[in-house]
Amino acid sequence: MFLAFFYLLKARGLRPSIHQWMTLMDALSRGMGGASLTGFYALCRAVLLTNEADFDRFDEAFLEFFRDVALGEDIPPEFLDWIAESPRVRDLDDRDEIWDSLVSYKELLKRLEERLLEQKERHDGGTYWVGTGGASTQGHGGFHEQGIRVGGEGRHGNALAVAAAHRYRDFREDEVLGVRQFQTALRHLRQYSSRDTAARTELDLPGTIDGTAANAGTLKLVYERPRVNTVKLLVLFDCAGSMEPYARLANRLFQAVSRANHFKDTRFYYFHNSVYDKLYRTAECITGDWVDSDYVLRLLDGEYRLVIVGDANMAPYELFMKSGIAVRGIYSGEPSIDRLRRFRRRFGHAVWLNPIPRARWSSQRGHETIAAIGDIFPMHELTLGGLDKAIRELLTRPAQM
Amino acid sequence: MAETFREAYGGSADYVLSDELRGAVNIAVALEKPLLIKGEPGTGKTMLARSIADALGKELIVWSIKSTTKAQDGLYHYDTVQRLYDSQFGEGDVKDIARYIKLGRLGEAFTSADRAVLLIDEIDKADLEFPNDLLWELDQMEFYIPETKETVRAASRPIVVITSNAEKELPDAFLRRCIFHYIAFPEPEQMERIVRVHYPDLEDALVAAAIEKFYELRGIGDLQKKPATSELLDWLLALSLSGIPAERLAAEIPFLGVLLKKNEDTDTYQEVQEKGYSLRGFKRPPG
Repeated sequence: MFLAFFYLLKARGLRPSIHQWMTLMDALSRGMGGASLTGFYALCRAVLLTNEADFDRFDEAFLEFFRDVALGEDIPPEFLDWIAESPRVRDLDDRDEIWDSLVSYKELLKRLEERLLEQKERHDGGTYWVGTGGASTQGHGGFHEQGIRVGGEGRHGNALAVAAAHRYRDFREDEVLGVRQFQTALRHLRQYSSRDTAARTELDLPGTIDGTAANAGTLKLVYERPRVNTVKLLVLFDCAGSMEPYARLANRLFQAVSRANHFKDTRFYYFHNSVYDKLYRTAECITGDWVDSDYVLRLLDGEYRLVIVGDANMAPYELFMKSGIAVRGIYSGEPSIDRLRRFRRRFGHAVWLNPIPRARWSSQRGHETIAAIGDIFPMHELTLGGLDKAIRELLTRPAQM
Repeated sequence: MAETFREAYGGSADYVLSDELRGAVNIAVALEKPLLIKGEPGTGKTMLARSIADALGKELIVWSIKSTTKAQDGLYHYDTVQRLYDSQFGEGDVKDIARYIKLGRLGEAFTSADRAVLLIDEIDKADLEFPNDLLWELDQMEFYIPETKETVRAASRPIVVITSNAEKELPDAFLRRCIFHYIAFPEPEQMERIVRVHYPDLEDALVAAAIEKFYELRGIGDLQKKPATSELLDWLLALSLSGIPAERLAAEIPFLGVLLKKNEDTDTYQEVQEKGYSLRGFKRPPG
């Protein structure tokens, strides 16, 4: 009987292992859950889950299985009426990437819950909300086919809908790409040297043997400095609006880099669309809270490895023209592309990580700028595979510009 | 088939805990698996191990993890240098390698005659691979010392409590072997009980007013570091030592620095006081 629950948990995106399941069975046979559902619930949660972020998802699955209350039955009829209307109301053409930022089970279920509440309170105001998220939420709340159909019908045969469905699968793969995997990948980015001025704590075996021999056989211990990673990292993050769909992904990379403690030095700066006269100190890109790009070029020596994270997706004039900067009231005397070239010349080891999947680089909006920047920097997609390639590139110095 | 399950741990006098946490502890004790405790700082993760040890009358062995800690440190250390020196100066019996094997905290817990409580504190501080390096040892509760060709095996499996502040993600393989519990931040009623455990003699009105202010402060969304239980306890102590009456708390927060440790948070609080709201969390990129 319970085995179905195991598969339901898996279907809802939780990943209990067989080992954990056997543990649960063992616990049950020893009577640990007690006779109550609450006890059983607590036992399941303690044994099967490993992260509080999964609690929400688990609760949903538990309810679904044990109370026989399908989530779908909780949806008020107005809501279903609304779904029927949705293709007319929605204008997704300009916000197709929103899909990427929404599809996570936990998030979706949470949103559905919120939306159901919202719906009761202000029936009219729900249009925008459910228009962007509702259709896909439905897809995961027990109205899967209907939801997808609703989302797709409005633009039957439209490439965007196809792409949206496709990207959703991509994202599930990316979902697996957690901070930890980024961290593990980043660990390969190291170059050891003992030039540093660390304390001498490691036994130098050849030195000890020589020393002892020279000391007429009386033991003389010689210590040397441990080898340390000398890699220094400069990371530039794009925080423009077009990056928002990839914010979670980019944020994971940021977390991984900032938590990595094996680099000799790590510096972060932020930019908006492309690199102009200034680099911002914070991700909010607040006017005034910045440093000169030239200052960074002067300050950091060529030993720094440069990683730029951005979608390289902008209007051509923003990259190729003087004063192409999109922020009003700020003038940039140099076309951004020239500035990027100077960064490239300064930092021999440089890569560009693009969260847009490679398959879309030549077709999607901004393909001109993606291609132009791709000529300057080796560009890789922001996936585990892409990051691995990028790291290999950062370790072996590529040909100078 | 199911025999009645008897709970071993029922909590201790100086530690307030939820039913769920007590349940998790008992599951871990009975299944002989490590108990992984996560939660905000100041929710009493470390205190739990002491409470378990006290309640069960066991010895508590604490292994505090630092960023440089290696898995090997917990098992044993072979003091080769001492042995070399001893051989030079002819001191002691250098043929007896066992003399130079010093057990780590994990080793101590294994060899303890009575079942011990082992606290592996802040496991996320260590290197990424650290938890993976302990999988076998925690699973089998044994390890092998090649130098002496001995296997150290736990006579009675210690109760292992592991705490994590979620600074780093822990590896899946490790997580799957643990019983997991997340200590949620206590509700006001539970907080009052916690305060009572620490300060049984404080005035009721002061405690009630302070707790109310405390949760009001935590409710400000934009704080970078929310005050936790330990800050509340410190603050209460400060209030009672300087004899501040409960009524004064309605108007202001004396010793704000005890609760808010960051300048930005103090600024945010001031802004909320003046305007009723703060926009610090809503800075948008220009353009």
